[in-house]
Amino acid sequence: MNYLMRRLATFPLVLLGVSILVFVAIRMVPGDSITAMLGTEAGLLTPAQRDSLAAYFGIDQPWFVQYWRWIGGILQGNFGVSVTYGRPVLDVILERFPLTLELALLSMVIALAVGMPAGIYAATHNEKRSDLGVRIVAMIGQSTPSFVLGLLIIYTLSAGFGVLPAMGEFAPLWQDPLRNLSQLILPAITLGFAFAASVTRISRSAMLDVLSDDYVRTARSKGASARSVIWRHALPNALIPVVTLSGIEFGYLLGGAVIVEQIYALPGLGRMVLDAILQRDYALVQGAVLFIAFNFMIVNLLVDLAYVALDPRIRLGES
Amino acid sequence: MARHLTRTLLSGITVAAMLGVAVVSAQAATLHMAWSQDATGLDPHKQTAFSSLRLLELIYEPLVRVDASLQIIPAIATSWEFSKDGKELTFKLDSKAKFQDGTAVTSADVKASFERILDEKTGAAARANFLSIAGIDTPDAATVVFHLSQPDVPILTAMSDVNAAIVPASEIKAGSIGTKAVGSGPFKLDKWDPNAKEVLKANKDWAGGATGVDGIEISVLPDEAAILAAMRTKQIDFALLNDPLVATLVPKEASLQLNRVPVLAYHVLQLNPSRKPMTELKVRQAISCAIDRQEVLDTASLGEGKVTGPLTIPALATDPTQLFCYKRDVEKAKKLMAEAGFADGFSATVIGATGEPPTAAAEAQVIQSQLAEIGVKLDIKMMELNVYVDAWLKGDFDMAIALNGGRADPYTMYNRYWTKAGNLQKVANYIDDTLDSQMQQGRAETDPAKRKAIFADFEKHLAEMSPWIWLYTSYSYTAQQKNIAGFVPTPTGTLFSLSKVTIQQ
Repeated sequence: MNYLMRRLATFPLVLLGVSILVFVAIRMVPGDSITAMLGTEAGLLTPAQRDSLAAYFGIDQPWFVQYWRWIGGILQGNFGVSVTYGRPVLDVILERFPLTLELALLSMVIALAVGMPAGIYAATHNEKRSDLGVRIVAMIGQSTPSFVLGLLIIYTLSAGFGVLPAMGEFAPLWQDPLRNLSQLILPAITLGFAFAASVTRISRSAMLDVLSDDYVRTARSKGASARSVIWRHALPNALIPVVTLSGIEFGYLLGGAVIVEQIYALPGLGRMVLDAILQRDYALVQGAVLFIAFNFMIVNLLVDLAYVALDPRIRLGES
Repeated sequence: MARHLTRTLLSGITVAAMLGVAVVSAQAATLHMAWSQDATGLDPHKQTAFSSLRLLELIYEPLVRVDASLQIIPAIATSWEFSKDGKELTFKLDSKAKFQDGTAVTSADVKASFERILDEKTGAAARANFLSIAGIDTPDAATVVFHLSQPDVPILTAMSDVNAAIVPASEIKAGSIGTKAVGSGPFKLDKWDPNAKEVLKANKDWAGGATGVDGIEISVLPDEAAILAAMRTKQIDFALLNDPLVATLVPKEASLQLNRVPVLAYHVLQLNPSRKPMTELKVRQAISCAIDRQEVLDTASLGEGKVTGPLTIPALATDPTQLFCYKRDVEKAKKLMAEAGFADGFSATVIGATGEPPTAAAEAQVIQSQLAEIGVKLDIKMMELNVYVDAWLKGDFDMAIALNGGRADPYTMYNRYWTKAGNLQKVANYIDDTLDSQMQQGRAETDPAKRKAIFADFEKHLAEMSPWIWLYTSYSYTAQQKNIAGFVPTPTGTLFSLSKVTIQQ
């Protein structure tokens, strides 16, 4: 409990650091909201026109004033207004987040459902042909970029079978679950493929490690069945690296899967942040990065807590 | 186990495919459209992004429009007339023209709209084109008289742009331009979810008559290969495409039709004549002679386009073969380099924007290999669009690969670069008395034949001075299902004719 409180207490400090980083980083990139809106035509503006637009976009003040206003707003629950959407930043983020969360969960389910059995199977058939087969597939999975797989799936389905999930207008889960699933399953497979490959490799090597441990040999010598040795004795200990990997991957996915969202035209967090960066929608970029950082911290915390559940020997917060 | 795994994977994919069966449009009267880049805002006076203009042209109307042959035709104004001295321009407005809130479009709205454009506080993109307006009179509700400080023939073409759209005076007063879209065009904006979707409904009160469809739903599909896939499965009726690589795949689909039309925008290698050694005329000319424009076009854009000189307006353009060094001549280029004292060549950096246009990197690479033959070592630096725009506006480059927009009038198109008072002189970094005087003559001349001759000289001189190396004009592409009828592609890229498009059953 103490550990949990101490971890939670570090959150504001980390978020403050992230807020400074994102605020400075986005402003260090050349170009601003005015050039993002007008492109090269911005060169036709007179200084007075430019000043007026800078005031409109809220970029007429010195950096520290802008930062102070932003942070002051956040403390009162106001993340600012997106100039692209003309709406509060938090509203826009929360509207996009369910899709991203759903996509991340779905790809994790696919990755674990495919990757763990494959990894365990390969470990228990170490150095046999079937092990080699699984390792080759996993290697291909890890080295295939998601845009290649995504485009391949779209092309094969549309050109070969004349079918494709409805693109453009996304149906939230609570409105139309079937349509929602039809729109998300292919992106989830695209993301889950590489994710599953990583899970396969890590669970295979973790399982191999554990299977050579003394306690497993003891269990075998005591006459435990092969099934019981793997599932009861070895698996729980082999899970720790898998949980670590899944936690990190899941954390990344919660930040949005930019490429997959682009290809499948999904209105998720990743695409929103990319568009916001391209359009120099400072408030939205800043708010979204803070939100993503917060999620990442929560996921990390959950991973640490999962360690304790998996291995009672681990005592968090003790040196 | 292995077999079981394979089976699980395969059945998963099959279920996914079955779930993903496309829903074919049941609402025939709604046109389902897609594009890869969304509009960036709703204020017609401030937006310059290509996709913003294409959306706003369906909602707002200017006083006049240009047709497919770039002739001025009526929009809100039914007729117009220049005074004999060219310093007064009078418009008669269409009495049937109404804004989408039901109020009539009057001369007061026209006056308020142009006053808004001219007001520096607005930050209007097209303000520079209207600086000759000295005053606006509204003798009655249907008549507007623009008093000009000097004869300004191109102002009429500038008024055909949606950046000069007429907006309601009441909305200007309320400060709601940009947050609410109230135009007098064929469609009303029903819903806009930025970077995702726009829903347009037909404007029943449109003075131009009934529209061919009840509405248009525009989906933003960022990947153009995915747009093509969605068209294959008939989810999308009509799409705007930018990438020639995707566009050339459209004719291979039996149910689809590709519309392509040469546009006014031009691909160009901008030299920076304020930086050594591009300060030397002979070096610039050597670069011009060393570049095989057709090869750039063939390699970077699959031959999808036409080699062009500075003028891209069909009625005014000179045959490019008549221009300076449009036939590649490496020997001449080497000789010019030697005469300029650069027989051993030099090193320079060329900047380009990633994906803007999609051919930018390929163009830079072809030019890099062509210029290597005369000893010019080019370093290619690709940048995100905004970073590129920032460097471009500061003139902070040796050379730049650019796709610059064209206009239906050469003065409006080039006064920003090639006049002494041009707003983008610091980007062009080259001007001489001849160019400046040719532009001023062209601006004031009302006789079409004389104007053509003036601009032909202008084009010839510009190609010879080679501050930039004009490469080619490409096509604007739209793809449609074959049951869509009535779309007229134009060199300005406008989608205005979607107002009369119908969907055949």
